[in-house]
Amino acid sequence: MSDLRELYQQVILDHYKRPRNFKKLDGATRQAEGNNPLCGDQITVYLHMDGDLIRDISFEGAGCAISQSAASLMTTVLKGKTKAEAGALFEKFHEMVTGGENAVDPMELGKLAVFCGVKEFPVRVKCASLPWHTMRAALEGQNGSVSTE
Amino acid sequence: MSTHARPRIGEQHCQECLVSIGPERIREEFPTLWTKVHGKPLVYLDNAATTQKPRSVIEALTRYYTEENSNVHRGVHLLSQVATQAYESGRTKVRQFVNAAHDREIIFTRGTTEGINLVAQTYGRRALRAGDEVLISAMEHHSNIVPWQMICEEKGAALKVIPMNDAGELLLEEYRRLLTDRTKLVAVTHVSNALGTVNPIQDVIALAHGRGIPVLVDGAQAVSHMPVDVRELDCDFYAFSGHKLFGPTGIGILYGKAYLLEAMPPYQGGGDMISAVTFEKTIYNTLPYKFEAGTPHIAGVIGLAAAIEYVERVGRNQIAAYEADLLAYGTEILTAVPGLRLIGTARDKAGVLSFVLDGIHAHDVGTILDLEGVAVRAGHHCAMPVMKRFGLPATARASLAFYNTRADLDALAKGLHKVREVFA
Ligand SMILES: Cc1ncc(COP(=O)(O)O)c(C=O)c1O
Repeated sequence: MSDLRELYQQVILDHYKRPRNFKKLDGATRQAEGNNPLCGDQITVYLHMDGDLIRDISFEGAGCAISQSAASLMTTVLKGKTKAEAGALFEKFHEMVTGGENAVDPMELGKLAVFCGVKEFPVRVKCASLPWHTMRAALEGQNGSVSTE
Repeated sequence: MSTHARPRIGEQHCQECLVSIGPERIREEFPTLWTKVHGKPLVYLDNAATTQKPRSVIEALTRYYTEENSNVHRGVHLLSQVATQAYESGRTKVRQFVNAAHDREIIFTRGTTEGINLVAQTYGRRALRAGDEVLISAMEHHSNIVPWQMICEEKGAALKVIPMNDAGELLLEEYRRLLTDRTKLVAVTHVSNALGTVNPIQDVIALAHGRGIPVLVDGAQAVSHMPVDVRELDCDFYAFSGHKLFGPTGIGILYGKAYLLEAMPPYQGGGDMISAVTFEKTIYNTLPYKFEAGTPHIAGVIGLAAAIEYVERVGRNQIAAYEADLLAYGTEILTAVPGLRLIGTARDKAGVLSFVLDGIHAHDVGTILDLEGVAVRAGHHCAMPVMKRFGLPATARASLAFYNTRADLDALAKGLHKVREVFA
């Protein structure tokens, strides 16, 4: 049960049930779509860029609690960040959920630290990182679709 | 894990009911079922993906590799003769298991997938012309869709699909309408891996034969649950996999009527499938070797033969009856879980309980059940068109074998209550 509660933390369940910034973004300058064919997770990330600044961000999609809450939390932390800051955050997030070599202090990730339990569930890493891959595709202007497979 | 020297079930030629043997005795025979996952006893309900192996299969493999290992159809030396004998008696065992008329109608493949590809690439390549049609059903596994798409595309032929109703039953009236002079082959699953539907395959075959159209049956999900008699069905091809029948991975069977197989060109070229080779010309070997190029999966055949022996000792009618009861029990207790909807409610079903929980994704259901020791599959089950038909991204699926018990299903239901608690 401890593993379970670590994975499905209240914050995650809350963002799954009441996703923030869940909408099509009026005035979006970029967007990208992401799919996890294995389980059918599907996400569209919308960005309103002002030069290198993420002025606004939103998403739409359907899928498991991990992918949808990861998308929701991501939108709340990226608003107002620069492209470089978003990229750096993705690196750290990815290190944390994959349990990578460069151990990340979850404190550096702020509220994203709720996803630290994911590293115990290798098959769910793709769920947590899908929104981030999709966001990066949108940032880099690859309008189109990314896939975790 | 220790090995026991208990008597094996059926060694006394037991034909009595599986229930009287007792599920505990049967579970003794499957070492994987004794393992723990996440500190909990494993409750294995993913049998449609692959089945666990009885000790007799594991021992047959070990015996072959420790005492008999040799290539087949080649050596004059003793071990090669022993291996050849074991390999060919495996073929006879399979022939009897599906009641085919001749050993040469039994082709060893890697699995169901390869069997279907073989027919598509040989029979299909010869038979199909531009404008022709291949008819499959709406509930096929990807392995009974993609091989036909590939050959249809190459030949300018079209793939047509028999629709199903909301319960997951084929619409036979529609099927009748879809059978035309353009139809060159019908390929339909016996039992659906995503829904559990048992198709009225005998009617499907008879209707096609009424127009002289041959039928391939995907038997991957049928052979472990019920007796299959290819002559009674009168199917033209029947494909299945050893690993879903308590045997090893990497071995499968394609049954084909001899006169069809004779007329088909070889699938792959190489050793064993020839009778004479010069640089100008090759004379192909006779059946079944024409379709078995290269060194075959000898150990796989030996393991599969042991699996079939095991299943026959338990008794296929007994298995069918026992599982029918288990499925009815599972249906009842799952239906009682609030917010649960069964996907696949055909009148005739075997082995599969596919479901969704309100507001909870199948993947989350699968993860939480796993932590409770309950192994189910979550996803599209290699049947994405089925998911689309029901408007779902994925389902969770519990699938049964004769070693499962009511207690396993109770554990599933308990796990599902835990899932609901987490998401409450
Ligand atoms: C109905 C059905 N057909 C075909 C297959 C493919 O079998 P294999 O992967 O053993 O070739 C499966 C396996 O999941 C199946 O359930």
